[in-house]
Amino acid sequence: MRAMAYQRKLDIKNGRVDLSHGAGGRAMAQLISGLFHEAFGNEWLARGNDQAAFDVGAGRMVMTTDGYVVSPLFFPGGNIGSLAVHGTINDVAMGGARPLYLSASFIIEEGFRFSDLKTIADSMGEAARAAGVYIITGDTKVVERGKADGMFISTTGVGVLADGLDLSAEKARVGDRVLVSGSLGDHGAAIMSRRQNLAFETEIVSDSAALHHLVALMVAAGGSSIRVMRDPTRGGLAATLNEIAHQSGLGFRLQEKAIPVKPAVAAACELLGLDPLHVANEGKLVAIVAPDMADAVLAAMRAHPLGCDAADIGEAVADNHRFVQISTSFGGGRIVDWLWGEQLPRIC
Amino acid sequence: MKYADEFRDKTIAQGLARAIGAEAESQREYRFMEFCGGHTHAISRYGLEDILPANVCMIHGPGCPVCVLPASRIDMAIRLAERPEVTLCVYGDLMRVPGSQGKSLLSAKAYGADIRMVYSTLDAIRIAEQAPNREVVFFAIGFETTTPPTAVMIRLAEKKWLKNVSVFCNHVLTPAAMHNILEGPDIHNGGRIEIDGFVGPAHVSTIIGTKPYEVLAEQFDKPIVIGGFEPLDMMQAILMLVRQVNEGRYEVENQYSRAVTRKGNRRAQEEVSDIFELRDHFEWRGLGLVPHSGLKLKQAYAQFDAEMRFAMHEVRVADNPACECGAILRGLKRPVDCKLFGTICTPEIPIGSCMVSSEGACAAHWTYGRFRDHQLRRA
Ligand code: SF4
Repeated sequence: MRAMAYQRKLDIKNGRVDLSHGAGGRAMAQLISGLFHEAFGNEWLARGNDQAAFDVGAGRMVMTTDGYVVSPLFFPGGNIGSLAVHGTINDVAMGGARPLYLSASFIIEEGFRFSDLKTIADSMGEAARAAGVYIITGDTKVVERGKADGMFISTTGVGVLADGLDLSAEKARVGDRVLVSGSLGDHGAAIMSRRQNLAFETEIVSDSAALHHLVALMVAAGGSSIRVMRDPTRGGLAATLNEIAHQSGLGFRLQEKAIPVKPAVAAACELLGLDPLHVANEGKLVAIVAPDMADAVLAAMRAHPLGCDAADIGEAVADNHRFVQISTSFGGGRIVDWLWGEQLPRIC
Repeated sequence: MKYADEFRDKTIAQGLARAIGAEAESQREYRFMEFCGGHTHAISRYGLEDILPANVCMIHGPGCPVCVLPASRIDMAIRLAERPEVTLCVYGDLMRVPGSQGKSLLSAKAYGADIRMVYSTLDAIRIAEQAPNREVVFFAIGFETTTPPTAVMIRLAEKKWLKNVSVFCNHVLTPAAMHNILEGPDIHNGGRIEIDGFVGPAHVSTIIGTKPYEVLAEQFDKPIVIGGFEPLDMMQAILMLVRQVNEGRYEVENQYSRAVTRKGNRRAQEEVSDIFELRDHFEWRGLGLVPHSGLKLKQAYAQFDAEMRFAMHEVRVADNPACECGAILRGLKRPVDCKLFGTICTPEIPIGSCMVSSEGACAAHWTYGRFRDHQLRRA
């Protein structure tokens, strides 16, 4: 038998990704086994096939996919890796489903530090383990410098949905309560605070987290009295509620003073000319719940660490225009509209 | 936040609202223009229109510098950015503003122009230092508040011997615009100006002081109260305006005395007048050509003046004839009176200046206040 050719170990500390690491040769195999398998460690990956076969429990399957292009790659409270795991888990969970498996596809720029790659892969592995979800298949591509802003990650998630559960926006009814699981705007404000040119001292940390355990508690408490759940990511709570309003044909009326926003986030948004209701979250959910079960669901949320600041912030109302309106803490009213254009600070 | 919360207290607001209600004479209307986008934002954001008595209405003024920047200047900037040697540094708010052909800086960037979003003038200096072979142009825009930073930038470029920096100057002056609104073309053919007084600029006045408004108050018999951007500042300024109208006074009063003085910031004024001089006229979207309303670089600083350096041609582009911005800014019409409002003119595709930024009259009404139209219709 021919002896394995000598291959130098990956120099995680000082090494960098080069084009050979995406070329399908041994360098790539080494990167995958030395870095990703190590970080994600599970039986499916260990078999080294191009696909993973797995069992699915009873119920219907749920599938979702999402791309992650966050800049900067590292931010207070996480990095692109943990975000790519949490975000996709949450998309599965918002349907009321239990997430099981993830795939991960990496597009990496040549010159990317192995040490950074390892940090990212490790935090993906950690996030998946903590969530009880496995990353069972993946792909790596390397592109020339300057072509991928460091790295992009795509993750796909599958999960199972218990029979009888079917959450959907059109199920919302007049009088339903609007619940949020905690303070709004943390993720976006954390990213903005780290953006190049805009660094300011804050203690704001991204809320990036996997919400499926919280969702399981809510479903146990409220069952199908939960009409719909969404995670208010890009465009924030405002975009999410406007979406639900459009799909359900209802309007919403919110109480500004009931909406949880951390003082530091409110201050940062003020400075940047942003509305916290437009700022992204990565570890929060909004639930529209039948009024008679709202308190029970809210209590279940508050019993979980990721829902301890959960709040009832308003109700669904009949409104042909499908407006999301808010009573300001100042005593007036206004519309909470979709965000148009890029959210950027005002200049005057 | 503590500082800010003091100026947003609901109980005090209600007290002020009661005072305004008690002092405003019920048989007449009070129509006040808030000049700045910051004021408009406070009104919309906190729903002040619901708190004020029905006979006190606020007319949204020219908003922010982004709104009043004419399409022609955007066209000029796009042409400049399309030059292969140029890197154009731009505030993010400007990126989406449509030029005349529906083209924006954002789309020019997508077609390959080197356009960078910056957050301050110093970013432009940094970019110029890092890329000595590029012609780095800063797209300078803003009222009097943003002119001193541009002056500082030019000084810095001078000090650092930077040969590749210039400024596309679009700085404008608020008193000139106020003058133009009050004088309005309508007045000559018997038209009216339906404005009883102004909530004057807050931040701008920290630089120029309250003095420049005195001639306006006198010449046009209009009370002007310089007011801060916090909602309680606004309420108090409105109360002061109601009192002036009731007593038949036309004075410049200063509600924002915690930041504004009569004479303003002398050093900043000198810094600006060292480097800039008045243009004969400058075009404002919605108002047209306004005499002595814009600044350009002095001859001594011609090397930093992108218009000179690149021999940029002035262009003129007519506003859409159906756009009612001019009448809206003079208090004669409301956004809903424009037949384009919410149909072909929306914040996504703004036709006129008032729809360009959320602080413009039409955009503010569309974004925050349009539910009131339906309430009225229902009532
Ligand atoms: S709705 Fe548009 S077109 Fe009409 S006045 Fe306002 S900005 Fe001009």
